[in-house]
Amino acid sequence: MEQEQKVKFYQKGTYTVGNRLLNVKERSVQASMDRSNSLTCGHRACQGCGEALGARYAIDAAMRATRNQVIAVNATGCLEVFTTPYPETSWQMPWLHSLFGNAAAVATGVAAAMRIKGRTEVRTIAQGGDGGTTDIGFGCLSGMFERNDDVLYICYDNEGYMNTGVQRSSATPPTARTATTPIAGPEPGNVFGTGKNMPMLAMAHKIPYVATANVAALHDLEKKVTKAMHIKGARYIHIFVPCPLGWGSKPEETIHVARLAIKCGIFPLFEAENGKVTSTVPIREQIPVDDYLKIQKRFSHLFKKGHEERDKIAAIQAMADENIEYFNLLNSEGGS
Amino acid sequence: MLKQIEGSQAVAETIGLCRPEVICAYPITPQTHIVEGLGTLVRKGIITNCEYINVESEFAALSVAIGASAGGARSYTATASQGLLFMAEAVYNASGLGLPIVMTIGNRAIGAPINIWNDHSDSMSMRDSGWIQLYAETNQEAMDLHIQAFRIAEEVGCPVMVCMDGFILTHAYERVDVPRQEQVDAFLPPYEPMQVLDPSDPVSIGAMVGPEAFSEVRYLAHYKQMRALERIPEISAEFKERFGRDSGGLVHPYKTEDAETIVVALGSVNGTIKDVIDEMRLDGKKIGSLSICSFRPFPLERLREILSPAKQIIVIEKNIAVGMGGILSANIRMALRGLVQPVTTCIAGLGGRPITKKSLQEMFDKTMRQEVDDINFLDLDWEIIRRELDREKADRRSGPIAENILKDIGKRLEE
Repeated sequence: MEQEQKVKFYQKGTYTVGNRLLNVKERSVQASMDRSNSLTCGHRACQGCGEALGARYAIDAAMRATRNQVIAVNATGCLEVFTTPYPETSWQMPWLHSLFGNAAAVATGVAAAMRIKGRTEVRTIAQGGDGGTTDIGFGCLSGMFERNDDVLYICYDNEGYMNTGVQRSSATPPTARTATTPIAGPEPGNVFGTGKNMPMLAMAHKIPYVATANVAALHDLEKKVTKAMHIKGARYIHIFVPCPLGWGSKPEETIHVARLAIKCGIFPLFEAENGKVTSTVPIREQIPVDDYLKIQKRFSHLFKKGHEERDKIAAIQAMADENIEYFNLLNSEGGS
Repeated sequence: MLKQIEGSQAVAETIGLCRPEVICAYPITPQTHIVEGLGTLVRKGIITNCEYINVESEFAALSVAIGASAGGARSYTATASQGLLFMAEAVYNASGLGLPIVMTIGNRAIGAPINIWNDHSDSMSMRDSGWIQLYAETNQEAMDLHIQAFRIAEEVGCPVMVCMDGFILTHAYERVDVPRQEQVDAFLPPYEPMQVLDPSDPVSIGAMVGPEAFSEVRYLAHYKQMRALERIPEISAEFKERFGRDSGGLVHPYKTEDAETIVVALGSVNGTIKDVIDEMRLDGKKIGSLSICSFRPFPLERLREILSPAKQIIVIEKNIAVGMGGILSANIRMALRGLVQPVTTCIAGLGGRPITKKSLQEMFDKTMRQEVDDINFLDLDWEIIRRELDREKADRRSGPIAENILKDIGKRLEE
């Protein structure tokens, strides 16, 4: 029998644990030879695509949790396009793409069909990018939440319309350069005081489960998906997925960028049940938002030599600080 | 069983007999009584094994139906007017995916100006969406068409709209024969999907298709409708055998054999047209009519066969193709391509304006005397139009047209 091992070694500055330090049972689904590979190799995502990684981990974890009884409904977007270029498909699972703005409603229909057909073991996941979730798909998503339909909705948030060439969405952060918020005029990039906090909006529906996850914390991501698959009713997981193309970050630094988003507090990791926060992933060592912003070209206008936009950087720092305070991320001990 | 009930209630009861498994409901006048009726039937346990889902929009209603149908469930929804436009993207999607959803349209005008009454602008806007479109003449036919619609949709793998005139049919109390469950079960077998989402046999549905195969996929959609063109009359004939009445099929000709003038129309107005024809026949006029039940697929050859012996065709249109004329007439001209008969377009009944026997007869007589334009409007109030045009000429800021016209009508009532 294997010895129970107490984890002491975290990756620097985080509570992320290396796979090999864990007991075999606790290791990631992705580390297992019998993972489902639901989103298999050969797809056309860009190098370093955070969404491809996030989807792969999320769906394989969901498949494990349900003994491979998952149907996925996909909104239009990068994930849909890069996985199903005719005449190929990367999906080794039942998968349906209908439209950009209706993934949540289509999933409601699939779940209803499974119920009426007596296939109660089959679970339904809807997935889309931030545009398909916070903007065009918001009405259908809110309806699915409100009815508490038995669907897990996963949003892969890369903070913009990357599939159409990097335009602003309501998930684009302030000052970020996109094709529709260019670096020009008195307020370059996306403006302050706009945007939606989708996880909080999901919580406001008092659905059974809401969580945020990040491709730099894959154990945590898998754990949350697994938990979600063991809950009935409407569930929402919002996964932070860097986009090297849209963000102007290095493809090999996707995980690094994602980790800095956690460490600076700009993307808090938490779970909420029935509208109340039930857990958070604490920050072990807070870093300034500068470190996160500087390695992305979409924010480079903030750091021009001799013309640093300190006010704007401070305003972004204030957003991160507010997250840290709201979720009490520095004072809570623990590890995930 | 014979019953004296409202058209919407009759349709709701019939849908129940078709054993739907998922019903998506969103209210819009004049379709509301159908989904209300279905809700009650499900709640009372009269319709069993059925998920009734109250959704947040028409776009969601059809999207839920798409998911349910792809999941292997017999799916139904109903809408009208703005609702059909709001779900337009999903309308094309459902047919593109080949999902046999059945949807009732309680035909209603499209705004602005907002108008809740009947015409065919809504379903006509979706005529090329890849759905089969059947138009009901009576409430009995509306009921019967739904039973046939599930059969056609599921055999061919193509969604079907059953169009029934808002208020004129949906809200009319008429005597109808409600079939027995065993009759419907014998006619409509359980749904066996051609494609289904199933973890034991995973497929990708709705994948992207580029220029290399898109035309082929679209051709196959057209091919399905051409197949439906053959199956619709066969299924209607089988329906007659089992239920003992004529319902559905491609077209319903009326006194066309020796007719020199044939009036063509869709839907409930055919009842009024037939009354007028009966009266004109008493005066020795050789006039007949043709009610088109299957507008998509459009029975070009059958129409040509019936219409080509006539000297003159009059098309009654409950729609207007603004800037062009009438949609149905253009289609009829296609059926008569190469022939010389004049096809006159008469735009009538827009936004619920009553189409009276008197007006029809006058218009038919005038047309037979060749005293009307190629495109004419039944009972148009030229005085109101002249006043508005004068106002626009006189003053740049003449104001909103609808409000101006209503003021004029109000003044006239006072005078």
